[in-house]
Amino acid sequence: VLVSVICSPPQNYPLYIRSVPTENELKFHYTVHTSLDVVDEKISAMGKALVDQRELYLGLLYPTEDYKVYGYVTNSKVKFVMVVDSSNTALRDNEIRSMFRKLHNSYTDIMCNPFYNPGDRIQSRAFDNMVNSMMMQVC
Amino acid sequence: MEGLTLSEAEQRYYCDLFSYCDTESTKKVASNGRVLELFRAAQLPNDVVMQIMELCGATRLGYFGRSQFYIALKLVAVAQSGLPLRVESLNTVKDLPLPRFVVSKNEQESRHTALYSSDADNPASYSGVIPPPPGRIQVKKGSVSHDTVQQRTSTDQQESTSPVVSPQQSPPTSPHTWRKHNRHPSGGNNERPLAGPGPFWAPFSEAQPGSSTSSDPIWSGHSPPPHQENWVSFADTPPTSALLAMHPASVQDQTTVRTVASATTTNEIRRQSSSYDDPWKITDEQRQYYVNQFKTIQPDLNGFIPGSAAKEFFTKSKLPILELSHIWELSDFDKDGALTLDEFCAAFHLVVARKNGYDLPEKLPESLMPKLIDLEDSTEVGEQTGEVGYSSSPAEAPPSKSPSMPSLNQTWPELNQSSEQWETFSERSSSSQTLTQFDSNIAPADPDTAIVHPVPIRMTPSKIHMQEMELKRTGSDHANPTSPLLVKPPDLPEENKMSSSVKFTPGNTVNGYSSSDSYTSDPEQIGSTVTRQRSHSGTSPDNTAPPPPPPRPHPSHSRSSSLDMNRSFSVTPGQQQAGVVAYPPAVPPRPQPSQGAGPHVHRPVDAEGLIAHTSTSPQQIPEQPNFADFSQFEAFAVSGVNKEEEDEIETHSEVLQVEKPSDSASSLRVAKADGRVEDKAPANVPTSAAKGTTPLAPPPKPIRRRLKSEDELRPEAEEHTQKTGVIAAVLASQPSIPRSVGKDKKAIQASIRRNKETNTVLARLNSELQQQLKDVLEERISLEVQLEQLRPFSHL
Repeated sequence: VLVSVICSPPQNYPLYIRSVPTENELKFHYTVHTSLDVVDEKISAMGKALVDQRELYLGLLYPTEDYKVYGYVTNSKVKFVMVVDSSNTALRDNEIRSMFRKLHNSYTDIMCNPFYNPGDRIQSRAFDNMVNSMMMQVC
Repeated sequence: MEGLTLSEAEQRYYCDLFSYCDTESTKKVASNGRVLELFRAAQLPNDVVMQIMELCGATRLGYFGRSQFYIALKLVAVAQSGLPLRVESLNTVKDLPLPRFVVSKNEQESRHTALYSSDADNPASYSGVIPPPPGRIQVKKGSVSHDTVQQRTSTDQQESTSPVVSPQQSPPTSPHTWRKHNRHPSGGNNERPLAGPGPFWAPFSEAQPGSSTSSDPIWSGHSPPPHQENWVSFADTPPTSALLAMHPASVQDQTTVRTVASATTTNEIRRQSSSYDDPWKITDEQRQYYVNQFKTIQPDLNGFIPGSAAKEFFTKSKLPILELSHIWELSDFDKDGALTLDEFCAAFHLVVARKNGYDLPEKLPESLMPKLIDLEDSTEVGEQTGEVGYSSSPAEAPPSKSPSMPSLNQTWPELNQSSEQWETFSERSSSSQTLTQFDSNIAPADPDTAIVHPVPIRMTPSKIHMQEMELKRTGSDHANPTSPLLVKPPDLPEENKMSSSVKFTPGNTVNGYSSSDSYTSDPEQIGSTVTRQRSHSGTSPDNTAPPPPPPRPHPSHSRSSSLDMNRSFSVTPGQQQAGVVAYPPAVPPRPQPSQGAGPHVHRPVDAEGLIAHTSTSPQQIPEQPNFADFSQFEAFAVSGVNKEEEDEIETHSEVLQVEKPSDSASSLRVAKADGRVEDKAPANVPTSAAKGTTPLAPPPKPIRRRLKSEDELRPEAEEHTQKTGVIAAVLASQPSIPRSVGKDKKAIQASIRRNKETNTVLARLNSELQQQLKDVLEERISLEVQLEQLRPFSHL
């Protein structure tokens, strides 16, 4: 089970959301939305002066009995949220980090595309492929 | 069989095929019957089919289980793509098209030449039975159907365009049967799945004037759009010419020149491109045109077109933004937001193709890849990423940016095999993070790089066993290089131990403490043997000890077990080797007082030799073969040494103290009897040496402790002499004991072993003494300095 979402500020609406098991998607949407609060909390906790030193990877936002939520925020306040199944114990922190890194890289690639307007929903095939492959790896 | 990863479409398709073939619903498919027909339908040569069957394990099993079937299907796809059949290619080849199975119909047979005869009999059986690859069959625009053969054939009949060569079909499949590329009406295939290409493309029914609709059919790079000739051969068919006419109007005015030129050169281009199976190749005229366009935006051919300008330019083509965005993603190879000449040409070409109704590929086709090596734009090269599934190896690309035909027709097998690595490249953008990712990705890709580093020898009983084996082997074969150091000791006269600056005897290398300079007299030998041992350990771990750890800076070592093992080992060669393991090394009697009596007690008790170890000199003059006479030595040692030991026990609390005088005594003795130690069983030596020392277990260690614990006040010089005396005594006493050497081979081996033990012990002693000497000298120097400081005026 893997859901990844990218949300952009300030409205925090999702630019991209993809989940592997397509059922119960709404539940994941809800989870992601609620976890955005946690992300904001973590960001604000850092303080303004530490913005540059702030690490992009936020780590486990909060775990529930079913799944865990991981967060990642870029310097431009674009948030990446990933929900993984708790039963997927094989996923280590490093792997989550690498996945976020890949997401971030792909996101910057999209940004480089002049035809992409920031704030649009992400409709890049390359991005889709990357996310798909990532999810296949996990599941 | 390795695990198989299938995409969704593949999964579905394979499942359908399996159900189709699994007529009896037994979840396994016999090798004959429908499976064979299916494979024949794949239009692969028979030997390829046999290879596939073998690879997937069906021949082994005798039938196709589900997994074998899936593997076979994937291999069929691999083969059809022209890639060599390998097990690795199952998972490494990404974006493999679904395997194509030609469904033969009578009409088709009549229309195509090289068809499989076997299927001629079963045309009907295939009709609509073989589950077509999902979404592949597109009849007409808007009428997407996973449909039957009839539809396909009908559409085939409608096809009027010249057969299009699709690259992956060219290699193993019969060339002309499937070169039907059906140009999709650009808006027509709404339901086209995102999966791989379809072998059965609905023929381009009617001209779809570049009405690129929102349904952006995903088209993998393997099912590229039409053959190059078709791009310009629109004139062949009325619809296409209509397209052409529309094309310039829809794009830009400048394109009229191109279209005119292209129309006129249709035949030439067809001839040219017929040799290639690459529909994405840019012809010379096209290229020239693109270059001219590039110049209008950016006069410098080596410069970049910034993203905004490119956006403006391509927006004029009236393609939807989504498609333009995709084109950009494909063509901006280095993801830098700007287009180089090559990238621009690729983008332009894609735009043109799209305008003509060809779907955009998922990945950049090879021929459109920008030349990766550009010596002028090194930054660009360094940031190669992109969606290229098979990025051509940079070395193969011509370095210049001249508008030459970018013939990057890399052999697919190469690319595919390296695609795994390249794939990882593509996942990275040109951010600084790529560097780190690069390393981490490359490392696992090369599992052969086994970093061999010296492994510290574990002081375990098994080690003793190994040592035993070593000694045994060396005993049996002196020339045995695998136990080099063990071979050496017997050869080296024991006097060397005294003179050499060995830290530890080479015999201890087996224990892992040998340093390369164990014998100064034979440094090269030792070094070579050490290295040999190191290397050897990598190869035959069962035989040799692991490579010795790096030479320790100090001969002392915190673990006494090595010495114990040595001693115990040397003690028991006379006995069975098993016995060695059975006897754990004697606990180094650190606390001298407590241990003072210990060895004494031990000696009479344990005649085996442990006590001999403990009683041997600190430098571990190994017991010589005469263990039989050990008892004599024991008694001798006890008698001779006890007094010294007891004295020492009282004075010093450390083992070393006791050992020191005994060591020195034994060393002296040893020194005297150098030459006679060689093949004789110097059991006397160890035992005599043992006399002087109670706990020989960790000879160096206690010595070191003393060295460290005490300051310069300690009369180390005395110890040195004492030690030497001990050794000399030990050596001297050796020959006095009758040998049983020549009796039999075993005795000889035992004696050799014992000699080696003695060697090791002596070498260790030597190293200890050397160390002490150094310390003493240092102390002396410091004292002298202090003295001079205290007497400043003496020098005036």
